[in-house]
Amino acid sequence: MRVADLRARVERLGSGVTSHVHRLGFASRFLAYLVIHSGTALRRFRLTIAEIYFAGVLSLVIILVSGLFVGMVLALQGYETLQRFGASESLGVLVALSLVRELGPVVAGLLFASRAGSAITAEIGLMKATEQLSAMEMMAVDPIARVVAPRFWGGVISMPLLAGLFSAMGIFGGYLVGVQLIGVDAGAFWSQMQAAVDVRNDIWNGVIKSLVFGVAVSWIAVYEGYDAPPTAEGVSRATTRTVVTSSLAILFLDFILTALMFTGGNHQ
Amino acid sequence: MLRDINLAIPRGAVVGIMGQSGCGKTTLLRVIMGALRPSAGEARVLGHATGSLDHDGLYAMRRKMGMLFQFGALFTDMSVYENVAFPLREHTGLPEDLLNDLVMMKLHAVGLRGAAHLRPTELSGGMARRVALARSIALDPQLILYDEPFTGLDPISFGVISRLIRDLNDSLGATSIIVTHDVQEALGVVDYVYFMAAGKVIAEGTPDEIRASGEPFVRQFVNGSSEGPVPFHYPAPGYEADLELAAS
Repeated sequence: MRVADLRARVERLGSGVTSHVHRLGFASRFLAYLVIHSGTALRRFRLTIAEIYFAGVLSLVIILVSGLFVGMVLALQGYETLQRFGASESLGVLVALSLVRELGPVVAGLLFASRAGSAITAEIGLMKATEQLSAMEMMAVDPIARVVAPRFWGGVISMPLLAGLFSAMGIFGGYLVGVQLIGVDAGAFWSQMQAAVDVRNDIWNGVIKSLVFGVAVSWIAVYEGYDAPPTAEGVSRATTRTVVTSSLAILFLDFILTALMFTGGNHQ
Repeated sequence: MLRDINLAIPRGAVVGIMGQSGCGKTTLLRVIMGALRPSAGEARVLGHATGSLDHDGLYAMRRKMGMLFQFGALFTDMSVYENVAFPLREHTGLPEDLLNDLVMMKLHAVGLRGAAHLRPTELSGGMARRVALARSIALDPQLILYDEPFTGLDPISFGVISRLIRDLNDSLGATSIIVTHDVQEALGVVDYVYFMAAGKVIAEGTPDEIRASGEPFVRQFVNGSSEGPVPFHYPAPGYEADLELAAS
C-alpha cells in the first residue's frame, strides 16, 4: 500500500515535470516561429504601432501614477534613513539609483504584466475561441504573423519606454517630497544625482533589464493566449497564468540580471 | 476517425454533407481545408492533393477557397466594412477607391451595404453570417465551404442564407460544400447529398432520392424520429442496477 502510494506520487511528479518541459519546448518553438514570421509586423509597421498604443499608451496612467507614488515613498523612507548618517543631501542619488536600476524596470514590468499582458492573452484567447484565428487561416493569412507578432513586438517596444517613464516620474515624485516637502537642498539633490548616476552601469543596465522583461512578458502573454483552450474557463485560466508566470519570471530574471550586471567588479 | 470515404464533388454543384453531430463531418471539412492530413488516401481539392502541400502551397490553395464558419467568426475589433475588406487588403495591393467599390459590391450581394459602418456586435445572428459570407466571397473563390450555415437562424434569415448560397454559387460559377445536420432545410438547397455516420458515407443521392430512401438511418434522420438505428439512450448499464433495484 505504502509503496504503491509512493510510486503514484513519484509518477505524478514525473509527469508534472515532463509536461512542463513539453510546454517550455512548445513555447520556445512558438517564439522561434513568431520571430521568423515577423516580416509582416515590421513591414506593415502600422500594425505594430496600433499594438504599442494598446499595450503602451493605454498603460500610461497606471505606470505614471504608480511611479509618482513609488518615488514619493522612496524619498520619505530614504530621507528617514539618510539623515541618521547626516547624508540627507544624497537623497537624489538614492531615489534615482533605486528607480533606474531596480524599481523602474521591475515594478513597471509587474504592472505591465497585469495591465497589458493579461489583456493580450485574453484578446488572443477569445479570438481563438470565437474561431477568428481559424477564419484568418482559411483566408490564407497566418494568424501568428498577422495577430500574434504585432502584439509581441508592441509589448517588447513599449516595456523599456514605460520603465523609463516610470523612473522619470519616480524621480519627480522624490523631488516633490524630498525638496519641496522636506526641504532637502535642490542643488545638492540634482547635482549629486548627476554625478553619481552612470549612463552605462546604471541607466543602460536598467534599459537592458526592462527590455528583457518586455520580451519575457510579451512572450508569455501571446503564448498563453494562443495556447488557451477555446472555452470561457480556458481563457480565464490562461489570463491568470500570464500574470502569475510573468511576475515570477520578472523577479527571477531580475535576480539573474542583477547578479550578472553588478558583481562584475566594474561597478564604480 | 474517417474510414472508406470516397466522394467526388463536381464543379459548379452545391453538395451537402449530412449526418449526426460527431459523425466526422467537420473532420472531413478540415481535411478538405488542409488543416488535417489524411493518414491514408488523398484529398484532391482544386487539383491539389492537400496532404502533400507545404505551408505556402496550402495558403496559395486557400486563396481560391472561401469558408463560412458556423457563427460567422467575424473580427470583433473591426467594422463590417473592414471585415469584408480584410482578405482584399491582405492579398491584393488594390488602391483604396477600387477596394471600396469591391467591398460595397460584396456587401450589396448579401443585402447589407447599409450596415457597412456597424460593428459585428451590433448585428443579429443572420446578419453576421451574411457579412461573413460577403467576406468569404471577397476574393471570388472557386470553392466555398459552409460549416453548419443554418444553425440558430430564424426562418427568415434561414430563407435568406439558403437563397444566397444558391445564388452566389451560380453567379460566381463556384462549387459549394455544405456541412450540416439541418436536413430539411439543406435538402431544399443542394444538388446532391452525402450521408455520413460513424466516419463513413452510408448513403448518397439527389435530394429526391434521399427523401425516398429506404435506408433506416437516413429515414430516421430525415424524419427526425427518436426511434430507429440510432437509439434514444446513451449506452448505460442496466436501469435496475443504477436505481439499485437489483439487490432487493
